[in-house]
Amino acid sequence: MDFFKVEDLGISFGGLVALEDINFSVNKGSIFAIIGPNGAGKTTLFNCINGIYKPDRGRILFKGREIQGKKPDRIARLGIARTFQNIELFSHMSTMENLMAGRHNFMKTGLFRGSFMWGRRSFSGREGIANRRKVEEIIDLLDLQSVRNKFVGSLPYGIQKQVELGRALALEPEVLLLDEPCAGMNSEEKQDMIFWVKDIQDELGVTILLIEHDMKMVMDISERILAINFGKPIMEGTPEEVQKNPEVLKAYLGEEEGIGDIA
Amino acid sequence: MDMKRDYYEDVQLFSSGVVVFWFVLLMIGLALFPLFVKNYYVYMANYMVINIIVAVGLNLLVGYTGQISLGHSGFFAIGAYGTVVFMSEAHFPFLLALIAAGLAAALFGFLLGIPALRLEGPYLSIATLGFGLTITQVIGRANIFGGRQGLHTPELYIGPWHLNSDVDFYYLLIVITLILVLAGRNMVKTKVGRAFIAIRDADIAAETIGVNLTCYKTLAFAVSAFYAGIGGGLYAFVLRFIEPEMFGLMMSIIFLAMVVVGGLGSIFGAIAGACLLSWLDLELRNILSIPYVGQWLEALSKSYFSITGVSNIQFIIYGLIMVLIMLFEPLGIYGFWIRTKIYWRTWPF
Repeated sequence: MDFFKVEDLGISFGGLVALEDINFSVNKGSIFAIIGPNGAGKTTLFNCINGIYKPDRGRILFKGREIQGKKPDRIARLGIARTFQNIELFSHMSTMENLMAGRHNFMKTGLFRGSFMWGRRSFSGREGIANRRKVEEIIDLLDLQSVRNKFVGSLPYGIQKQVELGRALALEPEVLLLDEPCAGMNSEEKQDMIFWVKDIQDELGVTILLIEHDMKMVMDISERILAINFGKPIMEGTPEEVQKNPEVLKAYLGEEEGIGDIA
Repeated sequence: MDMKRDYYEDVQLFSSGVVVFWFVLLMIGLALFPLFVKNYYVYMANYMVINIIVAVGLNLLVGYTGQISLGHSGFFAIGAYGTVVFMSEAHFPFLLALIAAGLAAALFGFLLGIPALRLEGPYLSIATLGFGLTITQVIGRANIFGGRQGLHTPELYIGPWHLNSDVDFYYLLIVITLILVLAGRNMVKTKVGRAFIAIRDADIAAETIGVNLTCYKTLAFAVSAFYAGIGGGLYAFVLRFIEPEMFGLMMSIIFLAMVVVGGLGSIFGAIAGACLLSWLDLELRNILSIPYVGQWLEALSKSYFSITGVSNIQFIIYGLIMVLIMLFEPLGIYGFWIRTKIYWRTWPF
């Protein structure tokens, strides 16, 4: 049984076919990259996987269960977390609170216990402390100590990307969808991000689906790559295979140059 | 210091001994206050704390969850009529009737929250506005609610005590308000409150971390309506008489103004806004009796406005103050507070 699998996935918006015949399968604990030019449908694919869009055709299987068409909060509960291309943080919360919000599914404090049971030893108090400890581990992992209590709206762009990654990790996901984690970062920040992505894969054993335009990063860290253009798959294979494929080069680069030259 | 302490300190009610000191001082002040002032000021305080309850509840919806409501006078009316009718018709004791009426308001809040799932901004405000106006119409025509004639409240007993003066009622109000304000404050520091804020700041991201939008948006409406319902139930006993005309659109707008003037997304702001606007509302009615200023305003109003101008002066000044606050501090009174705190922290440098 495949760990994570997409079969014949398709979605159209009115007359526009955004995705068609998407097929791929991801091994547990690997990094799988999706590449393609702007507007190829990469983010649409993520939106289908985590339930923001309902695909018209095909199936998405996670550990043998069909998840297509389920609501985003259900999919989050199954263990699929994501980050966004354009940062979607809770900008009026601190870093800590953002990560605590990511612990939503692990907390049972409801309205009543949250409002009326106060104190360190109450149910909500103990639960809050336990979850804060978890969040602290993520803060340590991502070096966010210095911005723990700052409002994320005022943080620099690169840090916001980190906080968003942290919030996704707070869900303790089995599958993590990263939508351009390195977009708009300088080379030093990119290095850090690549390091963390590897870390998350190696140490936490999280399966990662990655959308990224930085070819060097993609070729370096991914096990397999899916290239799409105009919503249709061009090819799927190992980084070496994808690099050599003339179709990919044509679609992605517009001319037949080595990928190394661009990266 | 043990780690556990550290984490809890982020959310605990009293972050230091200084805060405990001020809190105790405030409680003593509130307890002694009625002994030293005229009855009118006790009445004013009662009016204020009821507005505090409603404003805190409305802020949970508008400020924290980011949903607008222009229908809170509807929930307020449900609470007021519900309490009186539960007491006179079903012979519930006061506190039980009050809670039952609050829950009835919460039920209507939940129902109003369902269309709110699909509406936003101006569309939502019109939908809630329609709800508020409908409630007044329905209540004004139903016999059980006394129709246009209104209802007198029954005598108020809590257990063996007969509360028959403003001062007696004041102590009850303070206790209820304290419970509800602290509950609101704790709510926003725990899971439910974080989910509310998440919906306000980025609803799509909120869904992807597992927040069920349907559940939490309707919950926000229900909670906010509960606060308004409790406020309404208590208001009936402050006035001892209710009629449908009181719960009009103006009331909803004033509730919203309290939250915005006080500061959106802040419990302190809701309290401050409610205090300021209810104080102004009552004080400005007497503005013409202030020496010099009153006479000047009267002369001004007689020469430039119509016959009814004198009574409109209070609304003009009321509106003017709101405009000025919003103009100079969009974060409302809460913004002033934050700025003052920052200023004194580094004073005199």
